[in-house]
Amino acid sequence: MHDASVVDLSRLQFALTALYHYLFVPLTLGLSFLLAAMETVYYITGKRIYRQITQFWGKLFLINFALGVATGLTMEFEFGTNWSFYSSFVGDIFGAPLAIEGLMAFFLEATFIGLMVFGWERLRRGQHLAVTYMVALGSNLSALWILIANSFMQSPEGASFNPDTMRMELHSLSALIFNPDAQAKFVHTSIAGYVTASIFVAGVSAWYLLKNRHIELARRSFRMAALFGVLATAGVITLGDALGFVGGNAQPTKLAAMEALWQNEDAPMPFNLIAFPSQDDQTNYGAVQVPYALSLLVTHSLDGTVPGVEKLEQEAEQRIKAGIPAVSALKTLSKSPGDAGATAQFYAHQDDLGYGLLLKRYTDDVTRATPEQIRTAARDTIPPVAPIFWSFRLMVALGLAMLAFFVLAVIYTMRNNVERKRWFLKVAVWMIPVPFIANEAGWIVAELGRQPWTVYGVLPTWMSASTHSVAYMIFSLAGFALLYTAFIVVEMYLMVRAIRNGPDEPPGPGGSDSDAPAPNLAAEMEA
Amino acid sequence: MELYAAMQVIWWLLLGVLLIGLAVMVGMDMGVGTILRYVGRSDVERRVALNVIGPHWEGNQVWFVLGGGAVFAAFPLIYATAFSGFYVVMLLLLWSMIMRPLGFEYRSKLDAPAWRNLWDWALFVSGFVPMLVFGAAFGNLFQGVPFHFDWTLTSFYTGSFLWLLNPFAILCGLLAVSMSVFMGSVTVMNGAEGTIYDRARTLAIGSAVVAAVLFAIGGFWVSGMQGYTIAHAPGAGVAQTPLQQGVERVAGAWLDNFHADGRLWLLPALGFAGLLLGMLSASLRRSHLAWWLGALAWIGVIGTAGAALFPFLLPSSSEPSQSLTVWNSSSSRLTLTWMLGFTLVFVPLVVWYTSWAFYVMRGKVTADDVVNDEHSY
Repeated sequence: MHDASVVDLSRLQFALTALYHYLFVPLTLGLSFLLAAMETVYYITGKRIYRQITQFWGKLFLINFALGVATGLTMEFEFGTNWSFYSSFVGDIFGAPLAIEGLMAFFLEATFIGLMVFGWERLRRGQHLAVTYMVALGSNLSALWILIANSFMQSPEGASFNPDTMRMELHSLSALIFNPDAQAKFVHTSIAGYVTASIFVAGVSAWYLLKNRHIELARRSFRMAALFGVLATAGVITLGDALGFVGGNAQPTKLAAMEALWQNEDAPMPFNLIAFPSQDDQTNYGAVQVPYALSLLVTHSLDGTVPGVEKLEQEAEQRIKAGIPAVSALKTLSKSPGDAGATAQFYAHQDDLGYGLLLKRYTDDVTRATPEQIRTAARDTIPPVAPIFWSFRLMVALGLAMLAFFVLAVIYTMRNNVERKRWFLKVAVWMIPVPFIANEAGWIVAELGRQPWTVYGVLPTWMSASTHSVAYMIFSLAGFALLYTAFIVVEMYLMVRAIRNGPDEPPGPGGSDSDAPAPNLAAEMEA
Repeated sequence: MELYAAMQVIWWLLLGVLLIGLAVMVGMDMGVGTILRYVGRSDVERRVALNVIGPHWEGNQVWFVLGGGAVFAAFPLIYATAFSGFYVVMLLLLWSMIMRPLGFEYRSKLDAPAWRNLWDWALFVSGFVPMLVFGAAFGNLFQGVPFHFDWTLTSFYTGSFLWLLNPFAILCGLLAVSMSVFMGSVTVMNGAEGTIYDRARTLAIGSAVVAAVLFAIGGFWVSGMQGYTIAHAPGAGVAQTPLQQGVERVAGAWLDNFHADGRLWLLPALGFAGLLLGMLSASLRRSHLAWWLGALAWIGVIGTAGAALFPFLLPSSSEPSQSLTVWNSSSSRLTLTWMLGFTLVFVPLVVWYTSWAFYVMRGKVTADDVVNDEHSY
């Protein structure tokens, strides 16, 4: 049996380390493409300023990239260290995209990043440009495979349970890869990275413009970021809508939580703009509603409906009851493999196996589960509504704010008067944290909304955790807290310092420092 | 042979290839980290040593990431059981490893000596500790690890953390460290000149001798050790769980495979030959040759361990019958087949562009380069 606090601590550790890792990943994804775009302009025009632009943002890219790589190692370890049952139960499916990610994407990114940094003097211009594109391609392919893996957790496609090996096994790689959830989520997430990078570049450039420093670099960078950003933000919102559409079908409990839908309502359903959901009372307090809007948003029609919590709990209860024979059949099969009666019983109930396993939280022998335990397990299938409801609204509101920002940014930069709009430049600086918050909120909606499952409808989170002692968990949490706090302090310090110092160019207000321009570069700049 | 059994054997071999790739490519970078404070006495000297591997450590590290991913994909039960069972050790490995990217990237960003000194220590720890743990993990495989499963295949580890650091495991850990120091030293010789080169050469010679001695002691130790042997099991290529076999512990059983097929003795011979000839090449200042001989030594050493253990991957000391083998812990036939396809396409591609990257960045790193190149670490 699992210890409740160990499961909770394992979840806490995974959430914290994943959220932390996810602070760095989107910027890497987006900035790698922006770097490629900047260098493309350098390649075409041959103007030194674009080389300087590429190298300056490249320097910031690397400070961020190092921590993204470091914290990514943690994620690869944690499935095994803290979610060992999960890893053995679905490793046949989930391991493959992770391995392919390393083979196809991370190798590409990591090998070429060395050449991107060190190869400026050794490669021809076209070769270096190709190298930068390889880095961008690698980082984005990496996101693709990770999100394919993640989508299996959200909407398990292409696999089924094999009683001979007592685990889930792959039966179609293409179903796994072309999972609609994976496609929508990849585009939504990678473009969210482009938005993050655009805001970052625009914000830092705006700060230079406000300080009247590095004007040439800042003006050009701001314009590129604005154009890139407006397209990307529009894309994120469109794909976010598609994701809601796909995800709503695959995970009705997540959708109900996002919209705080307790009872069933008739079409057309109103949208809760603001509400204070209470999980205990299964109702919303102080709801401000927009009529018709929910049906339009989630079903793209006026007469569509989606189920509320009450109905979903009733369905879950039925499935839990149907899953009990599947679990007990497996227990027999574990002792006597191939037992005909147990095999038949298992296959008759295999679709509800995951629901039967939900009872393992309350009783070791699920056949003896009381009606009370079954009801409690059914209630568990609804994730915590309030944090999901609010994270979702936060993400959407910030997304719309960024869209408005970029529309203005494009207008001003096209009219060439952004430098005179000092209020707007100040706003741009304050926008820098916004995409990071939106990204984290998006992660919370996606992953907290998946609870109580690690693999939706197939494997409960409760069973997935490793059987550690509380002491081990406290040890690891303390270690991560210590290291990660130190890392973020160092990273922020170096990032701010690199921004303050600005690009390498004839002495600016930053004063002299170790990053003084190399003599050969200075000579080239005169040429 | 049935296709599934063939796939299992192929993936066992590929796992060996990945582990060797990891040991060679990541091991040399970690070796450079371990010896950094010795070969480089001044800041500039240390920067030269760091920049020898500067353009490549990032790509090399992917061998580690891929190794982890491949175990997960091809032998999920091993990944799950070993990573959770070795919890504290794995965390030490992880925490020391995640300091490495930051050490490279952040060390030379500030001038303060205390700052750089701190990161130099971080690079030492992130070179020494992972190799020690890597070797010690292998050592524990020979002795078995105390774990068992319940009927759902949830694993339970019943040993303590300190038990994993037993004398034989430490010996294997030091063997891995000394081999990585050898590879790191000859890598520095490949890319640096002058006093740094001379210090690296001394270390290369010394570490090769130490590694050969430890390898020999380890061999004798294993020959008398309680080995594991399968009494009955569903067999190769049959879908099964680890709850269906019988396993016995027999003294000297780890040499059974060598007794069954004498050609396997070539593997330890390769290990010794690589180390001793590598030492000779290093002392004759033929560092590139020494690097390749060191890589051969890794093939010999890891190959020897694999050949002795086969078909066991993770024996259980507390419940020997639930030991994990190639046959009861691998992925399904479909997954193994697909993964093989991806491997056959992408590994040659990776080797090709990695070689190109090394070719582009060939040549010596000098103090002038490091000081004048704004991109250097």
